[in-house]
Amino acid sequence: MAETKNMILNMGPQHPSTHGVLRLILELDGETVVKLTPEIGYLHRGVEKLGENLTYHQFIPLTDREDYIASLSNNLAYCMTVEKLLGMEVPPRAMVARVLLTELQRIASHLIWLGTFGLDIGAMSLFFYCMRERETILDMFEACAGARLTINYFRIGGIAKDLPEGFEKRVRDFIDILPEKMKNDYERIFQDNKIVRIRTEGVGIISKEDAVDLGLSGPLLRACGVPWDIRKSNPYCGYETYEFDIPTGKTGDVFDRYLVRMEEMRQSLKIVQQALDRLPGGAFLADDPKICLPPKQKVMTEMESLIHHFKIVSEGFDPPVGEVYHSIETPRGELGFYIVSDGSNKPYRLRFRPPSFVNLESLAKMAEGKLIGDLIAIIGALDPVMGEVDR
Amino acid sequence: MSEMVVEKLKKRFSASVLDSYSFRDENTVVIKKEDLVAICRYLKSDPELSFDFLSDLCGVDYMGREPRFEVVYHLFSINKHHRIRLKAMVGEGEKISSVVGLWSTADWHEREAFDMYGIIFEGHPNLTRILMPENWDGHPLRKDYPLKGR
Repeated sequence: MAETKNMILNMGPQHPSTHGVLRLILELDGETVVKLTPEIGYLHRGVEKLGENLTYHQFIPLTDREDYIASLSNNLAYCMTVEKLLGMEVPPRAMVARVLLTELQRIASHLIWLGTFGLDIGAMSLFFYCMRERETILDMFEACAGARLTINYFRIGGIAKDLPEGFEKRVRDFIDILPEKMKNDYERIFQDNKIVRIRTEGVGIISKEDAVDLGLSGPLLRACGVPWDIRKSNPYCGYETYEFDIPTGKTGDVFDRYLVRMEEMRQSLKIVQQALDRLPGGAFLADDPKICLPPKQKVMTEMESLIHHFKIVSEGFDPPVGEVYHSIETPRGELGFYIVSDGSNKPYRLRFRPPSFVNLESLAKMAEGKLIGDLIAIIGALDPVMGEVDR
Repeated sequence: MSEMVVEKLKKRFSASVLDSYSFRDENTVVIKKEDLVAICRYLKSDPELSFDFLSDLCGVDYMGREPRFEVVYHLFSINKHHRIRLKAMVGEGEKISSVVGLWSTADWHEREAFDMYGIIFEGHPNLTRILMPENWDGHPLRKDYPLKGR
C-alpha cells in the first residue's frame, strides 16, 4: 500500500469565510482537520500602546475601531471604566439612552452575524433580509451621532448630544416590525431549511466544562448551557431593573448558537421597549465642568466655559491614582477594560479584554477531528471580529 | 463580597500575600510569584471561592521600579459572581509559572504578555509571539519602546 502523508493547507488571511484577516494553518488527513493553528495579528495597530499616549477623552474614537460591528458597546465599556475610576455618576437620561442604544446595537450585530453566517454556509437570500433590518438601526444611529459604523456617541459622563427629535417613534416602528420579520423571513428561510439543519446540528460541539476552561463568553457560552450574562450577574447601567431572560442552549452546537442569538434579539427588543417607556427627561451629560465638555453655546458666550473647554481639549483631566477593571456584556461576550492610572492625564496602562480574541482560542478544540466543511460553519458561528482580536 | 476572598487568602497563605487593598469596590491581592500556582489552584478548587473563569491576564511595565513587571490576573466565579485581582511581580529576565494547567484560556493571554513585554512563563506549552511577526525585535508595550520612528 502506498504511504500516505497529511496535507498542510493554508486558509486565509484573504478568505471570504474567515470574517477578516484570520489565517488558519490546517493539517488535513483527507477531509478531516487533524491540527488547526490560527495565525492572528494581521490587523494589529497597537491600540493599547496608543492608549497610553492619549488623554482619556481622545481614546474614545479608538474603541469604535476595535469591534466595529458593535462600536457602541465598546464606547460604553470604556466610558464606564473611566467613570468608575473617577467615581462619577451618570444622569438617568444618559443611562437609559445607553441601554436603549447598546441593545439596538446588539440586534444590529446579531443581524449582521446571521446574514454573514448564512452566506458562509450557502444561504444567500437571508443576507439581504438581515441587511435590510440592520439598515433601519444604522439609520437611527446616524440620526443620533452622524455616523453609522464607528458611531462614537458615548462620552465620559453621559452621551455626546441629546437623542434627536422623532427618535422614539423610529424605534417604536422598528420594534413593531422586527418580530414579524424574524418569524416570517429569517426563520422560514433559515431554520426550516433542511440543508441548514444538516450543516449546523451536531457541529462544533463543545462541553460546558471546556467552554468555561477556555474562557468562552457571551452567546457561545450560553449555547453550552451556562446561564451567565454580565447584565444579570453583575448588573451595570441599571440592568437589574429591566425584565428579560437569558436564553441558553442544550448541546452547544452551531445550531444552538443560532437559537441563542435569535432569542437574544427578541430579549433585546423587550429591553428596548422598557427603556423607551421609562426614558426620563433632563440632562444627558453629567454636570462636571472639569471632565465633561460644556455645550457649544456656553463656550461661545461664557468665559468660564471657554476655559473649561480649552483645558479639557488641550490637557484632559487627572483621575485619582488607582486601577479599575470593568466589563460589560457585548454581543460577543465579556468585554473588559483594565485601566491603571498614575494620576496623570493619560492612562499608565490601558488593557482591552476582547471577547473575540478569547473566543477564537477555542476554535482548535471545536474543529480538530472534524470535517473541513464543518470548519466554515464553526468559524461563522464563533462570530469573530478581527479588529478586536488583533487590536 | 470579595473581602471574604481576601481574608481567606490571607489566612491560608499568610506568608505569600505581600499586600492587599481595595479601590472602587475592587479587591487586589499582591502575591509572591513563587506561590502563584498554589494560590490559583486553591482559588479555583475551594467550593466557597470557585474561581473557575479567568477573565483576563495581562502584563504591566513599571519601568524604574524593581521588580520591573507585574502580571495581573482577573478572576471571576461564574457561580458566585465575584471577582478578584491577583498581581505578581516579575523582574526583567525572570520567570513566572504558567497557569495554562488551571485555565486553558491563559494560553493566548500569556503568549500576548510575552509578545508585548517579554515576560517568560515557565511551563507554557508554546510560548511564541502571537500578535507581532515571529522575527520582530523588541517588545512593543514596554515603556522604553518608542511610540513611533524606529
